[in-house]
This record gives sequence, structure tokens and C-alpha cells, in this order.
Amino acid sequence: MTLAPAKYAHYFADFQALSQGPGAGAPPWLKTIRDNAWSRFSETGFPTARRGNERWKYSNVGPIAKIDFGLASGAAPVNASKALAPEYQLDGPAVYRLVFVDGRLHSGLSSPANGSNGVRADSLATTVADGSFDLEARIGNYAPLDDDDGFVALNTAFLHDGASVHVADGHSEKVVIHLSYVTTETAIDSAPKVTHPRTLVVAGRNSDVTVVESYTGPQDEVYFTNAVTEISVGEGAKVDHYRLLLDGAKAFHVGTSRVNQEKDSSFSSASFALGTALARNDFEVLLDASGAYCSLNGLYLTTDNQHIDNLISIDHAQPNCTSRLNYKGILDGKSRAVFGGEVMVRRDAQKSDAQQTDKNLILSHSAEVNSKPSLMIYADDVKCSHGATAGHIDADTLFYLRSRGLDLDAASRMLIHAFAGEIISTVKPEPLREYLDTLFSAAIPDKSLPFGITR
Amino acid sequence: MPASEKNATPMLSIKGLTASAGDLEILKGIDLDVFAGEVHAIMGPNGSGKSTLANVLAGRPDYTVTGGEVLFQGVSLLELEPEIRARMGLFLAFQYPLELPGVRAWQFLKAGVDARRIHNGEEEMSAREFDQMLKAKIVEVQIDPDLIKRAVNEGFSGGEKKRNEVLQMAVLQPKLALLDETDSGLDIDALRIVSEGVNNLRSPENAIILVTHYQRILDYITPNHVHVLFDGRIVRSGGPELAQELEEKGYDWIKDTVDAGV
Ligand SMILES: Nc1ncnc2c1ncn2[C@@H]1O[C@H](COP(=O)(O)OP(=O)(O)OP(=O)(O)O)[C@@H](O)[C@H]1O
Ligand SMILES: [Mg+2]
Repeated sequence: MTLAPAKYAHYFADFQALSQGPGAGAPPWLKTIRDNAWSRFSETGFPTARRGNERWKYSNVGPIAKIDFGLASGAAPVNASKALAPEYQLDGPAVYRLVFVDGRLHSGLSSPANGSNGVRADSLATTVADGSFDLEARIGNYAPLDDDDGFVALNTAFLHDGASVHVADGHSEKVVIHLSYVTTETAIDSAPKVTHPRTLVVAGRNSDVTVVESYTGPQDEVYFTNAVTEISVGEGAKVDHYRLLLDGAKAFHVGTSRVNQEKDSSFSSASFALGTALARNDFEVLLDASGAYCSLNGLYLTTDNQHIDNLISIDHAQPNCTSRLNYKGILDGKSRAVFGGEVMVRRDAQKSDAQQTDKNLILSHSAEVNSKPSLMIYADDVKCSHGATAGHIDADTLFYLRSRGLDLDAASRMLIHAFAGEIISTVKPEPLREYLDTLFSAAIPDKSLPFGITR
Repeated sequence: MPASEKNATPMLSIKGLTASAGDLEILKGIDLDVFAGEVHAIMGPNGSGKSTLANVLAGRPDYTVTGGEVLFQGVSLLELEPEIRARMGLFLAFQYPLELPGVRAWQFLKAGVDARRIHNGEEEMSAREFDQMLKAKIVEVQIDPDLIKRAVNEGFSGGEKKRNEVLQMAVLQPKLALLDETDSGLDIDALRIVSEGVNNLRSPENAIILVTHYQRILDYITPNHVHVLFDGRIVRSGGPELAQELEEKGYDWIKDTVDAGV
């Protein structure tokens, strides 16, 4: 086994503790995956914003590399986790909830599906143990280690618990899976925590699945969430995906999502980000068979010194696929947003239809956006468009509202809320939509005097 | 009998108002008194300053007032923020209403109504009461209820936007309404409906200033006074017959008399 470079010694210690402790009973294939991943990570380490590294050009993960994070143990009290998990109720006959506290499934807060009616939703550890689903063929299949920048490898090296969701072929009844990943408060004298949430969703042929992933933790503590999500959307299946990045203001979050779509499948996603000192949302969809449709929406709101980096890639590998990409950002304070939208249309992907936009509303003089949409088109019969904007609240529009009696604050609040509303309104489950609407409304900075407008 | 003849104080009193945008002097000395119960029509060629006057009164930040004084209900208007003017009962129907993507008409209008009520020391209106009031106004203004469910003015036709301004006016019940070419771009039915909206607001307590290019709306709304604005000044005032005269003779006639110093 590869030894760790000195600077990753603490990760190596945790890696060994997992392999010899709770992870010791894993089948050989899983151990091999972990070991390979560790080797990979010890070679690559964390990415740097060095020249030529386009994927990390504007984001510096130095602060993550510098801190000696310790693997969260999952021994936290229940009450703490209850207080931190997002509060909204998704109702229905087929709603399953898995709550992970410090990386471990919390059975008391969870309602797994045992597979009896075509739906299996449980912890990876349990699913591995009972062999009810062929995880070996799936795990790491969509988020492979090669070409990785270190974070997927690190996550995979700690593969143990996490969510495994499998909806059987032909199971057309709507299934809702709610996954909460919660980091609890750090005990006094302990190292800042890291968790490596892992999610695998396999939506079988013609299934209809809604997946909500949420990430939360204490407001005022330094911790690190290094999440990897793999989603396979089977032929004719429909997956609605929601990603709620609601980590605390001092937290670091790196999320890698990989989606694979089969023939005539449909994937809609909305990623929301609030809070977090440094957040990365690396989201990739592979349209791997003809007739696939994906719609990727996102909304981020940053203040103070927050930094968010969205890297969204859509690969039109096959003909007759449609993709829609619409991300919106609201930036205040000295915060910074990086947006990379990459749409690739391969040579054989004729009749591809791709649209991407990134719109930013900038509320302060010191906030900054780096938006870099890119289209790489190698087919000739395609319909593609892209656009990025960064603007301020329009003075004339503001006057229109004020002329109806709204003061400057109320008027700008209403316009900012409306700007966010376009993305929030794409959320289909009403309780979730209302929860997000309330959350973002409350997060609109007070006295957000629009740029260039004086009182 | 109009209040003006009863020696009362005017609701709006403009004295020597001058205003500019950037380096351009647009209003060159406006004097105008408007009494409760009155309707004033302001006419004048393109670019003469009609919209500027209306917007300066409403407090649009694009303009700088360089001189003069305006009293509204006895209060000096020009120092007030636009929202305070609105809460005191001043309303501007925009010549070019703006689109508000994502803003729901319901929230927008309720916020305006509540702001004014709180300003007057009243409670916010209950959602239920507001809902009923809005429904009644939608019927009164004969606007398509589906339009109101959409974001304010987003993708509305020119005429629909104008009707929406009249709906907002009906909901907000201003003391003084400034209508800046609300009649432009309306079909004949819409014109009648808009006129009814204005006539519904007309009362001994309220006043209306109507900026228009056309005699035809004055067939529905008979003004007490007609003024001609020309190059930043009111160069002629009269009764409804002045509008008729303009329609027949055009603005050259005014220009000639102004040039001749008549
Ligand atoms: N914000 C501004 N910045 C620069 N110039 C302006 C501005 N607003 C108005 N003007 C100029 O001032 C003059 C008067 O404009 P205003 O819009 O008041 O005219 P109007 O009488 O309403 O014309 P119309 O009948 O065409 O609506 C015009 O020459 C116009 O170009
Ligand atoms: Mg005008």
C-alpha cells in the first residue's frame, strides 16, 4: 500500500483506522476500490490553481489542504442532528428518508426502503453486507478515479456508509428519496471534522424518482464536506434531483455529481447554495443515448467573503439530446462566484439542442463574478446557444416600485426575490419549494442598496 | 363649482419649476395650480417636457430640480423620496411601464397598498380583504384576470401595460393621478375602459393630470383645464375648447404665437 506524503498523514491515519475498524468486514472488491482510491489521492493530493489547470483556475483550495481535518465519527447525539437537518416534510406513499449524521446512517431518523416493492434505499454499508444489489458494478462507475482532481479519490478512499438507492426497472410509481447529510458540532479539543458523503442512485427503466440531497452543519464551525453523488438514469426514466448546499458559514464543501443518462431519459436538477466559506459544485451529465433530456438549474447567494465555484458540464455524446442549463447568482459583500459551463457536442451527436445561461445579480462594489460559458461543438447539425450576464438592479425598475410606495429596501428585496424566484419555481414538491423560498428570502442581505444607487 | 373658484388652497401648486437631465435644461419655469376635484389636460409636441414634468413630480432620480417649488397638500414635495410621495397619494401612470420579471402583481400591489396604509397610521390590509378588493378592481377595469396572475407587465402588449397602470391606479386610489399618455396605443374599447377608470377616480377629493396627444380621450373625460407645454414652459391655458383648437390648427399655430411673443 502506498504511504502517505507527510502532509496527508492525518488522512492516512483515518484511512487506516477505517480499513481496520468499521470497514474491516468489507468484501475484497470494496477494499480494493478503497486502496486504489487512497493510492490515487496520495499521488494527486489536492488540486492547485496553478497555470494550465483550467478546472481550478479561479478557486484556491489551499485553505482546505492546510487544515488537519479528522474523520467524523458519527457518535453525535440525536438532538443535535435533528436541529440541523432541514425542516420540511415531503409527504406521499413512497417517501423514504435517510439521515446521515457525521457520515453514518442514523437509523432512528431514517425510514429506509427494503427492496420488497422494487425500491431499495438504505445505507451503502447495509446494502454491501446483504448483497441485495450489485454495487460492485456501479460504485465508481460514473465517478471514476482517472482524470480526477483528488476529491473523488479521497471520498472513495473513505467509502463505507452513504446512500444506496435503487429503483427497479419498470417501477413507474413515483418514489421520493430524501437524503440529509448532517455534520454536528465539533467536541471541544477535537480536530475540525470531515465527512465524505457518498450517494449512488440507480433509477431503473421507466422509473420516476425524486432525489433530494441536503448538506447542513453548524453555523460557526470549520468543517469540510467532500461529497460524491453518482446517478444513473435508466431508459425512459425520469429523475428530479435537488441539491441543497446549506452548510455553515465557515464550512468547506466540495461536491462532485456525475449523472449518466440512457435512452429517452429525463433528468431535471436544481442546485441551491447558501452559506459556506468555500463551495465547489462540480456537476457533470453524460447524455449517453439518443433522446435524453436534461435541465440543470442552480441558484447561489453569497455574502461576506464567500466563494462559490460552479463547474457544470454537459456531454452530448449521442444524437437527438436536449440540454438546458440555467444558473443564477446573487452576490453581496466581497464574495466571489466562479461559473464554468461546459457543453460538449460530440461528432456524432447530430440534432443536439443545447442552451446555457448564467445570470448574476451583483449587489456590492466588491463582489465579483468570473463566468466562463463554453461550447465545444464537433457536430454540424445542432442548435446551441449560451450567454452570461452580470448586472445590477436597474434604477428605472427600482423607481417604478418606489413610485408605488415601496421603500428602497423593500423594492430591492422584491426584485432580488423575483430574480431568485425563476429558479426556486422550478422546484416541484411544494413543501420543498416553500422551504427554499423562505430560506432564500431570509438570506437576502438587509439594506442591500443596489450598486450605484444612492439613498 | 370647481374648488378653484372657491378661493381654497390648491392640492398641487407648482411655482417656477425648472429641471434638467444631465446638462440638458428641460423644464424652464412651470407654474401650475391644481385643485381637488379638477382634471387638467397637458398637451404639447414631442420632446416639450410633458413626461419630465410628470416624472419630476413623482420623484424620478434621473432629473435634477434646479429651481422652483412644489407644494402637494401643503407639503413641500421636491425633498421627499418617491415612495413618500406615493404614500401621500401621488400616482404616476408611466408612459412606458416597466416589466418586472418574477414579481407577482398581487404582492406588488399589496405592498403598495400596505405602505400607504402604514404611512397613514392604519393597519396592513388582510390578505382576504385585499384579495376581494383586487378582484373587484379587475372587474371594474375589465382587465384579463389571467394577466394579473403573470409577472407584472412581463411580455404584456403595449395596451395591456397601459391597462395594468389603470388597474394599479384603481387599487391604490391616489389623491392625485398623473397619467402620462395612458391613452396612447389603446384600441377604441380600451380607450373607453381607461376613461371609465379615470372617471371612477374623479371625485371632489381627487385630482387628475392627463398628459395626452389626442382630443379623443377628452371626449370621454372632460377636463376643467387644458394646458399647452412648449419647450419646457406652459405657453397656453384654457378650457376644453383649447384642445379642439389644437386638433384643428396643430402646434405650428402655438409656435407662431410663441415666437411672436403673444
Ligand atoms: N433622462 C433624460 N436624459 C436626457 N434627456 C432627457 C431625459 N429625459 C428627457 N430628456 C429629453 O428632454 C426632452 C423632453 O423629454 P420628455 O420625455 O419630457 O418629452 P415629452 O413631452 O414627454 O415627449 P413625448 O410627447 O414624445 O412623450 C427631450 O428632448 C428628451 O430627449
Ligand atoms: Mg412623454
